[in-house]
Amino acid sequence: MSDPAVSWSRIRDRGMIGLRADLSVGVVCKALQKACGAPVPETRRLSIKADRTLAWMSPDELLLTLPHAAVPATLAALAEAMEGRHHLAVDLSDARALFRVEGPGAREVLAKGAPVDFSRAAFGPGDFRRSRLGQLAAAFGQVSEDPEAFEMVCFRSVSAHVERWLDVSSRAGSLPGVF
Amino acid sequence: MARRLPQGGRLIDRFRPLPFDWNGKRLEGVAGDTLASALLANDRVLMGRSFKYHRPRGAVGASSEEPNALVSVGAGARRTPNLRATTTQLKVGMQVESQNHWPSLEADVGELNALAAPFFPAGFYYKTFIHPRRAWKHLFEPVIRQAAGLGKAPTAADPDSYEHFHYETDVLVVGGGVSGLAAARAAAGAGARVLLVEQGAHWGGRAPADGIEIDGAPAPEWIEGQLAALAEAGAVLRLNTQAAGVYDHGYVLASERLEEAPEGGPALRERLWRIRAKRVVLASGAIERPVAFAGNDRPGVMLAGAVRDFLDLYGVAVGERVVLATNNDDAYRTALALHAAGLQVPAILDARETPMGPLVEAARAAGLDVRGGFGPIRAEGHARVTGLAVGRVDGNGVAVESIPCDAVAVSGGWSPAVHLWSHCGGKLTWDETNLQFRPDASRPPTGVDGQGFVSCAGTANGELHAVASLADAACAGAKAAAEAGATGEAPAAPAASAPEEGPIVPLWTSPAKMPPKLAAKAFLDFQNDVKVSDVQLASREGYVSVEHAKRYTTLGMATDQGKLSNIPGLAVLAESRGAPIPEVGTTTFRPPYTPLTFGAITGSAKDELFKATRRTPLDAWLERHGAQWEPVGDWRRPYAIRRQGESTEDAVHREILGVRNSVGILDASTLGKLLVKGPDAAEFLDRLYTNMMSTLKPGRCRYGLMCTEQGFLFDDGVAARLTEDSFLVHTTTGGADRVHAWMEEWLQTEWWDLKVYVANVTEQWAQIAVAGPNARKVLQALNDKAGGGMDVSKEALPFLAWAEGKLGGFDARVYRISFSGELSYEIAVPAAQGQALWNALLEAGAPFDVQPYGTEALHVLRAEKGFIMIGDETDGTVTPLDLNLGWAVSKKKPDFIGKRGMMRADLARSDRLRLVGLETEDPKAVLPDGAHAVEGTLPDGRERTIGHVTSTYWSPTLDRSIAMALVRNGPERMGEVLSFPLAKGEPIRAKVVSPVFFDPEGERNDV
Repeated sequence: MSDPAVSWSRIRDRGMIGLRADLSVGVVCKALQKACGAPVPETRRLSIKADRTLAWMSPDELLLTLPHAAVPATLAALAEAMEGRHHLAVDLSDARALFRVEGPGAREVLAKGAPVDFSRAAFGPGDFRRSRLGQLAAAFGQVSEDPEAFEMVCFRSVSAHVERWLDVSSRAGSLPGVF
Repeated sequence: MARRLPQGGRLIDRFRPLPFDWNGKRLEGVAGDTLASALLANDRVLMGRSFKYHRPRGAVGASSEEPNALVSVGAGARRTPNLRATTTQLKVGMQVESQNHWPSLEADVGELNALAAPFFPAGFYYKTFIHPRRAWKHLFEPVIRQAAGLGKAPTAADPDSYEHFHYETDVLVVGGGVSGLAAARAAAGAGARVLLVEQGAHWGGRAPADGIEIDGAPAPEWIEGQLAALAEAGAVLRLNTQAAGVYDHGYVLASERLEEAPEGGPALRERLWRIRAKRVVLASGAIERPVAFAGNDRPGVMLAGAVRDFLDLYGVAVGERVVLATNNDDAYRTALALHAAGLQVPAILDARETPMGPLVEAARAAGLDVRGGFGPIRAEGHARVTGLAVGRVDGNGVAVESIPCDAVAVSGGWSPAVHLWSHCGGKLTWDETNLQFRPDASRPPTGVDGQGFVSCAGTANGELHAVASLADAACAGAKAAAEAGATGEAPAAPAASAPEEGPIVPLWTSPAKMPPKLAAKAFLDFQNDVKVSDVQLASREGYVSVEHAKRYTTLGMATDQGKLSNIPGLAVLAESRGAPIPEVGTTTFRPPYTPLTFGAITGSAKDELFKATRRTPLDAWLERHGAQWEPVGDWRRPYAIRRQGESTEDAVHREILGVRNSVGILDASTLGKLLVKGPDAAEFLDRLYTNMMSTLKPGRCRYGLMCTEQGFLFDDGVAARLTEDSFLVHTTTGGADRVHAWMEEWLQTEWWDLKVYVANVTEQWAQIAVAGPNARKVLQALNDKAGGGMDVSKEALPFLAWAEGKLGGFDARVYRISFSGELSYEIAVPAAQGQALWNALLEAGAPFDVQPYGTEALHVLRAEKGFIMIGDETDGTVTPLDLNLGWAVSKKKPDFIGKRGMMRADLARSDRLRLVGLETEDPKAVLPDGAHAVEGTLPDGRERTIGHVTSTYWSPTLDRSIAMALVRNGPERMGEVLSFPLAKGEPIRAKVVSPVFFDPEGERNDV
């Protein structure tokens, strides 16, 4: 039985585009913002605009999540906006699994697996980390403050393991109750 | 006798009885008891047997330092051995067993060991079991295994759950005594984020029992106030949480004990806190030292502070007549408390000639008999102390009197609990006045900034007196907060009032100069049965270093890690060497402070979360249709897909013949797929592969090899040029992450001038191989059915071409590549489409009896064609030239990774092991994998090996066995017959042949 303070679900209607480019160049960021529909986030941050979420993955890597149907058009827009500029944009919608973890206990569930400071003071809306969940690579960010909600991506091939992990880690009565 | 007194017991609720089982007998404790206090309340002073001599033992301490009272709790799968009775909270119905005895705790035959004690001196392991050699396996080891060990392991897998929790804080305070509370309060008051952990089940430590006042209030009242203030300030407070280790970068592990399992259902038993603290304040208190005297291990001989704890916290008297033996004032508190509780204290033996001070005077005023210059000489009794022979501490060990008693409370002074300070490199300094190693604040464990990140507070810092201790602790808390970046003002330090205490004198052994007969019965390490005589012997035998003496005698090597024995042991070693104590030094303190369970370390990574298995989009279908799984990298892949009633071997043969005769489909989704893009992508791949990739045209594929700098082959696969500036690099299943990391490493550290980005798109695609003479017909049927426009004819899509477009109803990439030697297409679609494509292929292929095939068929098919497999034909020492793949090693390119390596003498020599095929003389005989070929003999008479089998199979296609092998000068031996000896039976003889067994011209492929 899961704790009433937390719930999780798979998000299946969103696509993902992996992006690599030199984010230290202003015109590159401008072109990316135009094509992606959301501004390039700062280090370890998310930027959210309407149905687009752009996440900072590394100094030269971003992950765009967007409605699945918008992926081909956005890839085309990226190709056009970045024409002549060294970059990589690739559809990763099927390579990753996307989760939503929600509720006041969500941050404590994630802190069971990720070596990240999940206190409200340290990790708030728009914060994002590329880290791990237990043994697996994962990246997550806070997408909403009220209700508190986080989105997390992991590799598709291990999504069954992550689902089980979330079930085990959000069992009733298992939250430390410190955040 | 030991009993529960009618009054007292700060932590217990005497109106809530808790029945429990002790060795099958029903006893009763009360709520708030530890197992130790509940057993003592039932006059069960004897709690276990020692490890080596099986001597009867009772609790010595009342907390985590306890060496003797180790018990097993629970039964079956939930049995937990080696729990300290002093730190285990009593629960209703608990099943508790004593350990290390046979047939029973009271009558143990192993005690005979004690009679043989003279034959088990220090280092006996090293002296005794050397000769005769055979005796170790057949005699010594079985006997030792029978007798040794502490508690029994549980009989089944643990049904309960455990978890980890990551937590970051400004200041971590370890220890919830008054020092810890004062430090935490100061830090939280200054605005720092504070986590306070306490190993025990209550706050305030020993202060309430000591009767001190703080800020004008009795200690319990002050403690309540601090807890309220800390909660108010947002500090996180955790009881039952043991800090186990301090590591680099402020990383601290702490294990929180949670509720025991309810009847029936699994419970969350422990939570391992993985803490990152900017500053760590250790308020871990001090541990009282026992005194070594003859028979000091008899049940009933306990630490004076522990006797006081049992009395004050649990209302338990450990005996009716308690003799005190001390070298300091603190033990007088125990005497006074016992006296006040109406128990007899026939004598206080004080090693100091003329003890004085308020506590001593209070004892005298109470009419207690204080004997200066006296100490214990020998404890009398067997399973329980019955009397204490006493005499001069500076005498020759002759007792002047025997005092009848049923308990002895001893105190040899206090040692700060410096373990956690020392884990990460904090140094100690010897305090000659207080006779203790205390933390050297000038040499703390240092963090990345070169500053100390750990400090000690209060008694843990060597400030044993309450007044100094609280001031020190508050100061440590405030300093830690400031160093962690807090800018607030810490509240004023609490002011304690407590009686003054006089100086301490050394009392390591009693008498100080011990005659051998007494030394052989005077225990230093209770858990490992190390006596004063053992340390003295080690010293005489030349063990000068304390680290060597520890290992030779096993002093401090038991589960208690020498919490009681360490300092007295090295004092005895110093005495034997005639060296001062600081010169001998301490052994190294290592984590964990107290044992961690495997459950806590494992956390949730057990059962189905033990390890993640990577699954392809076709996993569920394969599972339903008879897949026999095998692990490949982190994936699981079907070895074969069995039909009803079929053996795995039959399935493999059917699948192979299916591909050769008609068509088969394979889930190839696990193959690594790396997108390499950028204006320098072609140049980059030219440097990584041994062969040329820049000449590849968009729309074409090429097989390539990757080597390490040393020239050894480490991965292979087909690269497809997608566009002028992008390639899709296929890797082996297990090699995808490695090759990706390899690319990133070169791009980030060496070739940062190349404009190339790499993305691992392995999981974006489901990839299905369609192989066999009817493969094209299946694809055409797919197109015919759903109107796909992709032309898959030989002309439009020849061997080693690829195309993108509509195949049937799918947006697909189709690669004409073959690992079977048959006409073959690999079709990639987005992973979510994988199952639909698989279903469509099954349907379109039905007229051709299409069948799924697994990895074993894949392996046999490629071996029939002489294709190498990374990990079979390669082992990290094999070059492309060894595998006759010189055609894929460019001679035109100026450089590539491994080029220089391959030119070195050893890699270029002519007699290397090289790949050949083998045909056994008996076609039915299949060579064992890894079998060695031999030829002639070595100078010492052994057979000389000249190579080994790398792949070996039954080939249903050829109806005979086939094998590949790496053989010295292999290709020059064509036609030779080699001999492969087996462990049993006649050697197998096999002829050296070409490794390409089937369709050597490649005609089947090129259609």
